[in-house]
Amino acid sequence: MDQTLPDTHSLLEIEGLTVGFADARGVLLAADQIHLNIDKNQTLGLLGESGCGKSVTLRSILGIVPYPGEVIAGRILWEGRDLLTLPRRTMEQVRGKEISMIFQDPTSCLNPVFTIEDQITETLKIKLNMHARDAHQRAVELLDHVGIPSPAQRLGLYPHQLSGGMRQRIMIAIAIASQPKLLLADEPTTALDVTIQDQILNLLASLRKETGMAMILVSHDVGVVAQNCDAVAVMYAGRIMEYGKASSVMRSPRHPYTRGLLAAVPTLEQAGERQPLTSIPGQPPNLADLPPGCPFQPRCPFVREACTNIPVVLDRRFPEHGSACPFVD
Amino acid sequence: MAIDPDHPVLKVDNIYKYYGGKSTLIDRIQRKPKPRLVALDGISLTLSRNEVLGLVGESGSGKTTTARCIVRLEVPDRGSITFGDRDVLAADTETLRHIRRDMQMIYQDPYSSLNPRMTVRSAISEPALIHGLVEKEGAEDLVRELLERVGLPYTVANLRPRALSGGQRQRVAIARALALKPSVIIADEAVSALDVSIQAQILNLFGELIRDLRLGMIFIAHQLSVIAQLSDRVAIMYLGRIVESGPTADVFTRPRHPYTGALLEAHPHLSGEKKQAPALKGEIPSPYAIPKGCRFNIRCRFAEEKCFEIDPPPTEVSPGHYAWCHVLPDLHQS
Amino acid sequence: MTVRETSQGHIPENAWRRLRRRSVSERRWSAYTLWAGVSIILLATVLSLSAPLLGFTNPNEINLSEAFLPPSREHLFGTDDLGRDIFTRVLYGGRIDLSFGVITTYLSLVIGLILGALAGYFGGILDTLVMRAVDLVISFPFIVLILAITAITGPGLYGAYIGVLIVSWALYARLTRGEMLALREKQYIMAAQTLGFTTWRVILVHSIPNLLRSNLVFSMSDIVLNILTLAALSYLGLGVAPPTPEWGAIIAQGQKYLFTAWWISTLPGLVIVLVGVGFSLVGDGLADRLGANGGGGA
Repeated sequence: MDQTLPDTHSLLEIEGLTVGFADARGVLLAADQIHLNIDKNQTLGLLGESGCGKSVTLRSILGIVPYPGEVIAGRILWEGRDLLTLPRRTMEQVRGKEISMIFQDPTSCLNPVFTIEDQITETLKIKLNMHARDAHQRAVELLDHVGIPSPAQRLGLYPHQLSGGMRQRIMIAIAIASQPKLLLADEPTTALDVTIQDQILNLLASLRKETGMAMILVSHDVGVVAQNCDAVAVMYAGRIMEYGKASSVMRSPRHPYTRGLLAAVPTLEQAGERQPLTSIPGQPPNLADLPPGCPFQPRCPFVREACTNIPVVLDRRFPEHGSACPFVD
Repeated sequence: MAIDPDHPVLKVDNIYKYYGGKSTLIDRIQRKPKPRLVALDGISLTLSRNEVLGLVGESGSGKTTTARCIVRLEVPDRGSITFGDRDVLAADTETLRHIRRDMQMIYQDPYSSLNPRMTVRSAISEPALIHGLVEKEGAEDLVRELLERVGLPYTVANLRPRALSGGQRQRVAIARALALKPSVIIADEAVSALDVSIQAQILNLFGELIRDLRLGMIFIAHQLSVIAQLSDRVAIMYLGRIVESGPTADVFTRPRHPYTGALLEAHPHLSGEKKQAPALKGEIPSPYAIPKGCRFNIRCRFAEEKCFEIDPPPTEVSPGHYAWCHVLPDLHQS
Repeated sequence: MTVRETSQGHIPENAWRRLRRRSVSERRWSAYTLWAGVSIILLATVLSLSAPLLGFTNPNEINLSEAFLPPSREHLFGTDDLGRDIFTRVLYGGRIDLSFGVITTYLSLVIGLILGALAGYFGGILDTLVMRAVDLVISFPFIVLILAITAITGPGLYGAYIGVLIVSWALYARLTRGEMLALREKQYIMAAQTLGFTTWRVILVHSIPNLLRSNLVFSMSDIVLNILTLAALSYLGLGVAPPTPEWGAIIAQGQKYLFTAWWISTLPGLVIVLVGVGFSLVGDGLADRLGANGGGGA
């Protein structure tokens, strides 16, 4: 089935991305025929629970899928070039310069034996060819820009001397130093307190507004995605189950999994009444042992025989809001 | 729901916990007092059977330290903890074992709260066997009964934790805790490490157990929505103190402490309205240097002069609802 | 396996084959190493123990007319300067070396494990005492220690046993103590405490089984080291007394003839290497099998 997307103005187009994992326990597909595109100035959320393939998809863009995983099919088009076929040197140019990434755990993403200054200026010197003095000045500016008080003093500190929120801001500073066109954010606030998460998401929003930077935000938190993304793709067992404008998907979810997910989120309403949540029954999927057809069958309240035969392709007739389930809605 | 506030089963009375800092030689020569980390700065709370008290706070609030003091994994430096008519902190080894039978804890990380070398069967039956609640012949029935109660198939009894998912492990941990027929359970971030769909299952399970077994529960979490789901009453903690407490619905719809207001505002909403500015600026102060006056003062947008001088006493803003604030702004949430 | 199909149909055939091959080979490889190692050790043990049944008797039989014979069908490893069959000597020597290796290692492991676990769990004075004892024992020059012990016990195997035991436990103690410090913070240990188990139960039933893994893996290389230590001692004239066959002693005696009758030293040396590799492979295989969480893999 030819899935070339008609839209040629997208910043990034992922076509049929498939990532396989092979270790002593077996072979599985961590991502299965992922089709996504993101435009300039847009924020796309990848929403799903653990093991759904959202992180793997993100890492494939920059070619950093960890062993024993590898990309076995698909194209990732960035400004007309397929990132998956680029030679290593060229890819290194793209990373950290045109496309940057920030990760979940700021503690392990900053090198504990180097000062903050070393780590920021490293990027500036290598990626932007700055000289030491200019780099120092720019580092101070960047830290200020991401909301770190007394930036000049903080430069001399080591990561362990700073709080989690500060470290994440520094990681963001490093990532935006080269003014990338696309920022990949892999659960950037999951390890942070709620009020700090709020600050960081706010910071990212204002940075995006300033520079028109696009962002792909990976998260398992429905609320975070709802509040920060223009479009969202809901993933399950390595596939996209539903895709569309965030407001549309959140308000009227079409896929049974999305419906189940949204219903399972506890809210502040009815506080203290202990109303049971509508939970999705069953266990998370075992990627090495999926049923034929739709992977959500074992847990789906609408399951029927035809589910074993559907190709589980995102319904492309409705580009605004598409679902992989042809039976519901 | 028969909550009997006059006969609380657990009473924590003004506990303080400090951790020693290190003073350098120069500090000692200069006679500077040894820096110490204030983890708990006067925490008091009560819990009755058949009620759920939620403890909310961010990192550094002291909620986990409180839990650990209650089960005596740590010992507070001042204050008392009474369970039933027994003094938890002064209890000798035998009494402590009795207390522990009655008050169980469920931990956060399902991947490290079960002994990887023990089967589910052993893990669940061991406590009951050791405490003499059941004989070897009765152990199997106990395992079967508990697995059913937590919603696991009997077949998992032979498995080891590595064969189970996070949600299943957490259920086993709950079954293990129930084996001793406790009257109080302390859940320390028990659902924080679980996926949304599994989290909902476990929260529902807790709800059932509380109702069916008339359990008292202290539910610790950092996410307000999770707290709202289960708790009858809630206590908001900040830097070692409780800053607001009361019936959950009341506190969450009509908070009076600015920190509670900030937590509610910062909480991601499904409705997806983007805010212009973050709910709370700045960072939490160092627990080695608690601010003078109200500890929230430097981050508070309502702070007045008084707030930098005097530690606010509790004010009952509505029945059973207390806030530790001088200003007590009206932060009514729609 | 249904993985051949993606949601869109077949994935590229060569990619699937490659992934499958990798998965299978990873699974096989860890099994191979373990069994290869076990086979080597079993072979060595069985041969040593059943030597007389196989017709290899009297390792000390001197036969001067048959001295310095190179390896042949009659004398698999050749003969030494006194006409003794080297293969027989190696077999009988195996009894001494293998039992030395195993006994010293596992006795040390038990002592070190217990002391280390207690030190790590209780901390305080006990921890300080144990750790300083470890430091003392490790930093003391080993040969001097052995000489001192030999002076008391007289030369021979007995002195070697005592000397090695005095030193070996320390490494296990240090290893275990470090692991116990980390283990203490694990939530299942905290759970064991809040479930009201006695301290002894928490240590013996819950902690120690989880501390075994790294000790067992380390013990595999320790056996080899201890065998080599015995060999070195015999080489120096401590350890066993001639004419007792022991691998190190055999090698030492053949040193003079290295360029003329190379087989006297070299072939027993190869046996030591082979046995060492065997233990090493078992160690690797065990490490895989036992895994980080008590298991995993095929």
